[in-house]
Amino acid sequence: MTNDRYDVIVIGGGPAGLAAAVSAHDNDARVLLIEREARLGGILKQCIHDGFGLLRFGEKLSGPEYAERYIDMFRARDIPALTLTFVTKIVKTEQGFEVHAVNRQGISVHYAHALVLATGCRERTAKQVFIHGTRPSGVFTAGTAQHFVNLLGEMPAKKCVILGSGDIGLIMARRLTLEGARVLGVYEAKPTPSGLTRNLQQCLYDYDIPLHLSHTVTRVFGVDRLEGVEISEVDENMKPIPGTQTRLDCDALILSVGLIPENELAESLGVEIDPKTKGPYCDGQCMTGVPGVFSCGNALHVNDLVDYVSENAAAAGKAAALYTPAPQKYVPLHADGSFLYIVPQRLDLNRDNTKVAVYFRSGGDFNKTRLSVTADGREVFAKKYAFLRPPEMEKLELDFGAFGLTEESDIRFALQLQAEKEREA
Amino acid sequence: MKEITCIVCPRGCRMQAAEENGVITVVGNSCKRGYDFAVSELTDPKRTVCSTVRTAFPDVPVLPVRVSGEIPKARIFDVMRQIGAVCVKVRLGRGDTVIENVLDLGVDVIATSDILIENGKAGGNI
Ligand SMILES: Cc1cc2nc3c(=O)[nH]c(=O)nc-3n(C[C@H](O)[C@H](O)[C@H](O)COP(=O)(O)OP(=O)(O)OC[C@H]3O[C@@H](n4cnc5c(N)ncnc54)[C@H](O)[C@@H]3O)c2cc1C
Ligand code: SF4
Repeated sequence: MTNDRYDVIVIGGGPAGLAAAVSAHDNDARVLLIEREARLGGILKQCIHDGFGLLRFGEKLSGPEYAERYIDMFRARDIPALTLTFVTKIVKTEQGFEVHAVNRQGISVHYAHALVLATGCRERTAKQVFIHGTRPSGVFTAGTAQHFVNLLGEMPAKKCVILGSGDIGLIMARRLTLEGARVLGVYEAKPTPSGLTRNLQQCLYDYDIPLHLSHTVTRVFGVDRLEGVEISEVDENMKPIPGTQTRLDCDALILSVGLIPENELAESLGVEIDPKTKGPYCDGQCMTGVPGVFSCGNALHVNDLVDYVSENAAAAGKAAALYTPAPQKYVPLHADGSFLYIVPQRLDLNRDNTKVAVYFRSGGDFNKTRLSVTADGREVFAKKYAFLRPPEMEKLELDFGAFGLTEESDIRFALQLQAEKEREA
Repeated sequence: MKEITCIVCPRGCRMQAAEENGVITVVGNSCKRGYDFAVSELTDPKRTVCSTVRTAFPDVPVLPVRVSGEIPKARIFDVMRQIGAVCVKVRLGRGDTVIENVLDLGVDVIATSDILIENGKAGGNI
């Protein structure tokens, strides 16, 4: 057993963990980063398509290029990193945290004053979607398909069906098509697509891959290997409509049915999880409900843009570096029912709230919308949007310090459809 | 009139473009880049291609690559065939050229990762 002490331990070496570690280091903290895989970079190692970094670097980079730019920044600072090391347990102590990890050398314990959890997210799997029939091979997630094609150079399908219109599924529809596979279609149970509009265009329509909304896979065929799937139309409650079944022959069913923030470690520490984001409740400094534990990137909420992940993680890393214990003085940020979620969910008035990044998704497709923030009934911020769609996350930067908040303040975020407003007037 | 989704930035503006007597009008774009994209879609659509090339190194079976600039959309599969024919035998790094001036389109196919170099340092095969 070895042990050592740090100001900040960052768990996860994806874009979030790297940005958090760099930022904590630049704020004079002694930092250790722990990553379970052999290489740093997280999920971006396999995202070989471009489109990353437009906001952060003003360039259209591929995933590996974006990740490696951060790896370069990380290495330039000589920040220690343990790779092929899995964090198994974290114990809260009086002075901070004990981080237990295992790797080929055995078990080790490391001590930290503050933690940044940057553990990313995982994909929903076949177990989490209900499909009748056998369990043949040939049913896997889009991320698994991506791993096979982009890292191992192996084609997992010749003729496939994609269930779910999440971005990874769309990206893989294009990727498999480029490599010579036939993608029969993308089937989405909801009446609206889950992925970014630009991905529908550049991944499906560019390649004449059909998107079928309000359709799902209701049965799989094949004993050892998948031979086909049954597709049904669904009603507004997403229940299959009897008599609408058709069979498609294919050798793979690729699932792109959603991502869930990875928070096993957070939960083991007693961090409270927001049912809307499936990530920790946090304040304007990315601190969770457990003092000294910070969360960022896809572990906090699933992002569609890595640029925002880096930015949010840098804020978390800085806050962790500057962390000193103080009693919390929370004031909640209420979002009305037209939001899918907002992050952060509250502010701690004992911390600096002058430049707080607020991320949100709308609960539906809204055109011409006005976002209004009120504090005790007084409007403190407003912004107009030509359109808002749930797949496209939005970001605001608010100076809550200027609003004269107290613990009793009532802060509300509302979305007003402009047409409605005009009618009222 | 044509419905076009702008793919230049993550906002993904939905635009309507119309051409009359050689004059193109665009609505729905939030910035000039959207207008330029719509014009290009109507006249000479362009895209980028990202893929992988095989390598001779067992520790890194494939290396990610992309084109260094846009190519005509109609040539995507031609470029994919060129990429598919390559096998990398030296440990190239990020930004290094894999295919120079591919199919005379004025762009190179470049590597987008340092993985071969890193694994080389770490004592990978060869
Ligand atoms: C297929 C796909 C396509 C995408 N496309 C785009 C795009 O086109 N443009 C764009 O801007 N963004 C895109 N994104 C989003 C972007 O990639 C992510 O937002 C970003 O990678 C999230 O970074 P992260 O560091 O939070 O998570 P990750 O990259 O998932 O990193 C988390 C890391 O934590 C490690 N870890 C987890 N648990 C432990 C543990 N217990 N111990 C040690 N280590 C642990 C994991 O091994 C992993 O390396 C895409 C994402 C995916 C999945
Ligand atoms: S029009 Fe401008 S803002 Fe809209 S998607 Fe295109 S580049 Fe982005």
